[in-house]
Amino acid sequence: MNAYIPQLIHLIIAIVACMLWLALNALLLVYCERKFAGHIQRRPGPFEVGPHGILQPLIDGVKLMCKQLVTPDGADPYLYWLAPMLSMLPVMLLYMPIPYGPVLTGLEVNLGLLLILAFSGFNVLALLLAGWGSNNKWGILGAARAVAQSVAYEIPLLLSVLAIAFMTGTLNMSEITAQQGAWPWQWNVVTQPLAFIVFMVSMFGETNRAPFDLAEAESELTAGFHTEYSSMGFGLFFMAEYGYMVVICSVCSVLFLGGFKGPIMDGWWWMLLKTYALLFVMIWARWTFPRVRFDQLLNINWKWLLPLATFNLLATAFIMKL
Amino acid sequence: MNAFRKHILQPIIDCWSLFVGFGVTGKYFCNKLVTVHYPRQTVEEENLDTYGGHIELVGKPKDPAMPKCISCMMCVTNCPSKCLTVVKQKPPKPTPEQEKAMKEAEEKGEKVSKPKAPKNPAKFIYDYSLCSLCGTCIENCPTKSLRYSSNFYWVASDRKELKLDLLARLREQAKSMPASAPKAEAKPAKAEKEA
Repeated sequence: MNAYIPQLIHLIIAIVACMLWLALNALLLVYCERKFAGHIQRRPGPFEVGPHGILQPLIDGVKLMCKQLVTPDGADPYLYWLAPMLSMLPVMLLYMPIPYGPVLTGLEVNLGLLLILAFSGFNVLALLLAGWGSNNKWGILGAARAVAQSVAYEIPLLLSVLAIAFMTGTLNMSEITAQQGAWPWQWNVVTQPLAFIVFMVSMFGETNRAPFDLAEAESELTAGFHTEYSSMGFGLFFMAEYGYMVVICSVCSVLFLGGFKGPIMDGWWWMLLKTYALLFVMIWARWTFPRVRFDQLLNINWKWLLPLATFNLLATAFIMKL
Repeated sequence: MNAFRKHILQPIIDCWSLFVGFGVTGKYFCNKLVTVHYPRQTVEEENLDTYGGHIELVGKPKDPAMPKCISCMMCVTNCPSKCLTVVKQKPPKPTPEQEKAMKEAEEKGEKVSKPKAPKNPAKFIYDYSLCSLCGTCIENCPTKSLRYSSNFYWVASDRKELKLDLLARLREQAKSMPASAPKAEAKPAKAEKEA
């Protein structure tokens, strides 16, 4: 029994650290998103609260928490309030197997990659419940779109991840990092460029980010699945979205960009640098590309990403067998 | 071969446009900001020239307090939002002597010349809360008596405050004109050209 206590303490510390890290990232990314959007549109972005608006996301959070929680008439209260929590809860778990450093890994598991992919699927359920439970036609449309989109984009994402798993022969994320070298030409992105491209595109679809943010398209569906949510109900969805973004960018940097390994001095800073570079590409894309139509979204997936990912997987398997 | 080009090659080539898009927004990201920090800075005069705010009356070149308006009602009939109210002036009441002269002329069978009403309007009320700033009134004004103002420092906490008496506004503008004579005279000319 006593043998488990250090492990338990380690886990608790890891969970708390993951929660803090998630909250910090949400604040930071909201600020970055708004500043980035501002500068691309050649305006300052948030500017009034704190120097250069640095306290803006904090104040936004306080505002969200102070607002009244409203359940719409005719909504299913249990599903309605379960949805944002269900969207938020698994995110903390997703941070656990990500190796930020050789020691800085929350949970060393052999199936880390599988764990992330499995639990990130909860988000679809959350969006579906949110749309269904809020008794709103926009919500239902948004939920239907979210499901169609997430199910579609999950497949090429999995296939591209599977190619990496074939190549490295493991689903342990630390192990995948360890098999890559320190220099950029030793990373998986060089051997698996096609998988990287497919992963990058699916990443936008999976996290509901523009140009694939059709589940919450504000011009067509007012706000899609979270039309009816006010205050922290909406806030949780928002935080979860940023949480998923960080997770998927971390996974991408572990799988393709060598994780915490860098040309000089391995460590968590390389991991952060790579993750944030990817996050900035995501934000940049949001303020660059217009939203695609839904049939276009599915066409990109079924006609391009899926065949490409399948071809890539088969080719990888073939070469590995040789 | 053509189908291959259309369905396979072209989409791949089109992917380049994604990077072009990134280039455009990336360039804007690095450029200087163009907005004004309003309460701390004010907008420069030259940038106000192209601003189309609420409408205002244009004064006559010789008498800036008197509008060019001839109360023809073209603006009122054409306004889609019905936000303009123009009241024509009534003809002045003839003095007893004039009345006498008119009666005499009528008896003689001559043509009676009644005193005519002045053309300029008695009232020109503009409800900004209804206006959609479409500019139809400006386009339809035969005397070019209306233009967009560059007044954007205007807030109100009550809808009623957004009702403007444009004649009073013109009078006030005329009063403050000598102080900034060259600028104020240059502006109507420019507005006319635009109209």
